[in-house]
Amino acid sequence: QYVPVKGDHVIGIVTAKAGDVFKLDVGGSEQASLSYLAFEGATKKNRPNVQVGDLIYGQFLVANKDMEPEMVCIDSSGRSSGMGIIGQDGFLFKVSLGLIRKLLAPKCEIIQELSQLYPFELVLGMNGRIWVKAKTVQQTLIIVNILEACEYMTAEQRKQALAKLSGN
Amino acid sequence: MKATPLSNCERRFLLRAIEERKRLDGRQCYDYRNIRVSFGTDYGCCVVELGKTRVLAQVSCELVPPKPNRPTEGILFFNLELSPMAAPGFEPGRQTELLVKLNRLIERCLRNSKCIDTESLCVVAGEKVWQIRLDLHLLNHDGNIIDAASIAGIVALCHFRRPDVSVQGEEVTVYTPEERDPVPLSIHHMPICVSFAFFQQGTYLLVDPSEREERVMDGVLIIAMNKHHEICTIQSSGGIMLVKDQVLRCSKITAVKVAEITELIQKALENDQKVRKEGGKFGFAESIPDQKITAFKMEGAAVDTNNVEEQAEEIITKADPPSEVFAKPILHTPGTAQIGEGIENSWEDLEESEKEDAAEEEGESEATAFECQKMETEDASTMRETNSEPIVLSDSEEEEVVILEPQELLKKTRSQTNSKQENTTKKAFNKRRKKKRPAP
Repeated sequence: QYVPVKGDHVIGIVTAKAGDVFKLDVGGSEQASLSYLAFEGATKKNRPNVQVGDLIYGQFLVANKDMEPEMVCIDSSGRSSGMGIIGQDGFLFKVSLGLIRKLLAPKCEIIQELSQLYPFELVLGMNGRIWVKAKTVQQTLIIVNILEACEYMTAEQRKQALAKLSGN
Repeated sequence: MKATPLSNCERRFLLRAIEERKRLDGRQCYDYRNIRVSFGTDYGCCVVELGKTRVLAQVSCELVPPKPNRPTEGILFFNLELSPMAAPGFEPGRQTELLVKLNRLIERCLRNSKCIDTESLCVVAGEKVWQIRLDLHLLNHDGNIIDAASIAGIVALCHFRRPDVSVQGEEVTVYTPEERDPVPLSIHHMPICVSFAFFQQGTYLLVDPSEREERVMDGVLIIAMNKHHEICTIQSSGGIMLVKDQVLRCSKITAVKVAEITELIQKALENDQKVRKEGGKFGFAESIPDQKITAFKMEGAAVDTNNVEEQAEEIITKADPPSEVFAKPILHTPGTAQIGEGIENSWEDLEESEKEDAAEEEGESEATAFECQKMETEDASTMRETNSEPIVLSDSEEEEVVILEPQELLKKTRSQTNSKQENTTKKAFNKRRKKKRPAP
């Protein structure tokens, strides 16, 4: 179960639009709120195009156990720095929180090895959600399966699996 | 808890993948996931794993009077439960549509197909028959509950042994398992459900949908068949329009799958039988292996444990001794005490902030009042004593302080700022509001 922490970057799914505020599901016990003005370059006239069911990558502005968590998609200087609505294609799946932290460590071997296979886009949310996009559906599925299996594989098993794939 | 919503992104991806005939776990369109059957120590208890979906089945029996309109038949009772540990969307005690649908399917599949001979369950016609009860619990939901549940049900029924009974004239003797070996139920055939998920108005078809695929499917067709190619139940839900030859194709696929699954079940039953006869170990403890996560293991680091004792002593002597604290409780009223004076009042101007804080204060003392009421009546007698006469706290800068009966505390509203209601017993609990204490 994920517990929201201030400053954590997470992937949320929009569940409702209530006037000026979106409700996002982040995998915690409560839904987080996100104001439509919390995007880069958003004004009252220029609203972001967010629909129910879209994926959003943002960080927590407020996250304690007494209040409803609140998210924003801009950092303190007003720039988006990679946050915002995640594109339409690609695939979202869930892994354990421990694996996410391992992947986010600097110089993570898994990601380096995977990037040698073929190019892909990857977004990691601290709430255990990963979004992947590669050129074809097959490649995306391969990455998904490898990342899910990385939880239980040791480094050598992983290298073997990747060697088999790159040989193909 | 609410279930996680499905994002548009996932839905699009899954539909695209299905159009390209690719499934998330790399299966083909007509492939089943791995099925594992394991038995418990009791007869009639088994766990079936279909991929990650797990169902636990337990069969039990009881001697009861039969139904009045069927005096020579035994009674069958089926029950399927969706445990909350199966998925975050399942809540206990709530009958959802899904649960009702699954229960009805299981009943139709196992009862109406007459796979169990109910006549053989009769002991004394019109008086005593066996009631067989099958309980199914869903332990983990990863799609296709009905298939796993039907396999678990039929396996448990095949595995179950009821106590032997003999009737001599009017006397009925039920033998315990020690006296005479228990007798298996008489089962004519084994109906197994196979589900087909349809996408894009029936263009694409998948066997054994996983949980994600179930969320994006248009409709599902469930066929229950036995290995003799007899259809026991067929149900189509989701409102999709199916063409006749699609249904025929599905039934042919079902025949193949059912044959495979029946063979697997037979093998598992035989294995278990063999193990029990040879006196080997059986039961869940043996059959469900331990799974270990070894990817995050760190090598143990060597710790220098030399000179630990000396180091510890050094640290202790170098540290300052803890300051001495004198505890002198001050008795306000019998039954309450105050330890310490509290910090000196560092609020400057009290009169303006008083009125605003008054509203907060009352709200808070309401809260503490509720708490105190709940904390029961050890102090109740003392409370009543102290509240008999009004106690005025001198030296405080607020207006008149009047203590009323605790019952009135519950009725008062927040708008009053003039008469504050305070209760010293309650204040003793509430050490944060230091400004209300007598000034030190």
